[in-house]
Amino acid sequence: MANITDRLKETLKALSPAKVGEYIQDSQIYRSIFRVGVPDSDRKRMLVMLGSVFLHLHPVKVRKSGIRMRYTWCMGGITFFLFLVLTFTGLLLMFYYRPTLEYAYVDIRDLREQVPLGIMREIHRWGAHAMVIAVWLHMYRVFMTGSYKPPREFNWNVGVILLVLTLLLSFTGYLLPWDQLAIWAITVGSNMARATPFAGHEGPGSALLKLGDIPLVNNASDARFALLGGRFVGEGALLRFYVLHCVGLPLVAGFLMAIHFWRIRRDGGISGPL
Amino acid sequence: MSKEDSAAPSTTAAPPPAAPKPTAPKATAPPAKAVVPRRSFISWMTLAWAAFTASMLAAATATTRFMFPNVLFEPPPTFKAGFPDEIQIGQVDERFKQKFAVWLVRDNNGIYALSTVCTHLGCTPNWLEAEQKFKCPCHGSGYYKSGINFEGPTPRPLERYAISLADDGQILVDKSRKFQYEKGEWDNPASFLKL
Repeated sequence: MANITDRLKETLKALSPAKVGEYIQDSQIYRSIFRVGVPDSDRKRMLVMLGSVFLHLHPVKVRKSGIRMRYTWCMGGITFFLFLVLTFTGLLLMFYYRPTLEYAYVDIRDLREQVPLGIMREIHRWGAHAMVIAVWLHMYRVFMTGSYKPPREFNWNVGVILLVLTLLLSFTGYLLPWDQLAIWAITVGSNMARATPFAGHEGPGSALLKLGDIPLVNNASDARFALLGGRFVGEGALLRFYVLHCVGLPLVAGFLMAIHFWRIRRDGGISGPL
Repeated sequence: MSKEDSAAPSTTAAPPPAAPKPTAPKATAPPAKAVVPRRSFISWMTLAWAAFTASMLAAATATTRFMFPNVLFEPPPTFKAGFPDEIQIGQVDERFKQKFAVWLVRDNNGIYALSTVCTHLGCTPNWLEAEQKFKCPCHGSGYYKSGINFEGPTPRPLERYAISLADDGQILVDKSRKFQYEKGEWDNPASFLKL
């Protein structure tokens, strides 16, 4: 009996947290994931940054000023955080929302009234508003600190495209509740595409594109039609905006974001105070 | 300077001893099968690139065309709007507003078909019978019964559609043809049904 308790004590001693930690860190699974081990030296820290697909987008070293809130406002980071929040909440909303004339409006209403955690859609909506604001403030900070100047001019342009994509995501998402506000806002907004040079049926130059008497660019063959999938905001527009909002634009934005972050590193990290 | 000048020709003039040329195994190598000559190889590459570019352009064109469906599930551009007698003189007929976005208005001379799309930003105005005007709820643009604008931010009058009588005596409205007042198109007889 005493023998068994002694052996039990010995086993428990062997299972002390430090020993368990050692055992885990020596296991092949752990070593296959964290190849460098505990980053306790500059060399190891650098290897960690270079060896991780996520961290390698980030600079190995950041200037002290680069993490000062008063300099960066952390607006780029907040924008990215909000993008992740919107991707996650948007994915959850997609489980309930159907982009058809019959269901779109009632699905949005039911998301609030019939689904637990009815504020999910509000989180998505407020997050979207916050992201637009954060993008503008980020751009304002970058401009005021002169961070658009060489060698960062390429990244500024990537950022401008990301700004446009953010606004387009906001615009396409606005139609999805399919209420009067949404329909008329998109009607008004998409009317701008009528005036596209050559590609819009009321735009400059489109009258020149004629085949005899038949205009090639009419209200069923112009840029606005391609956007709406119809002559007015209807079923085709709802589906097209849904696809653009949920797949097309986030895909392009994610791709450009990877370039944007990687470029910060390549262009010498976050700019320093002037 | 002069010394070097005089000395230079003597050194350069002397031809360097010819290096022994490596004897290439040209004659001994067996002829490769189906050798593409250099000159025709370039023309083959040109053809290949041209074909590749053409196929890419065709794919891009077809993909663009994919966004324009052949069939639209929208109301047809022409519709029959009943007999002229059903509309009284001075009346704004709102029966076709919901489905076809058209008002039929009859004055002393005949009937015209007004578009219900506000020329400011594309909302749908309301006909206010008491005030005898079209009033847009979005930004407050106002139009007379004729369709001509008189208040609010709108820059131009409402548009009129082609209107005629069908064979069976009913009013026929063609929404694919529109007439704008500011272009003088309301003088066109197709924009007005004389009665």
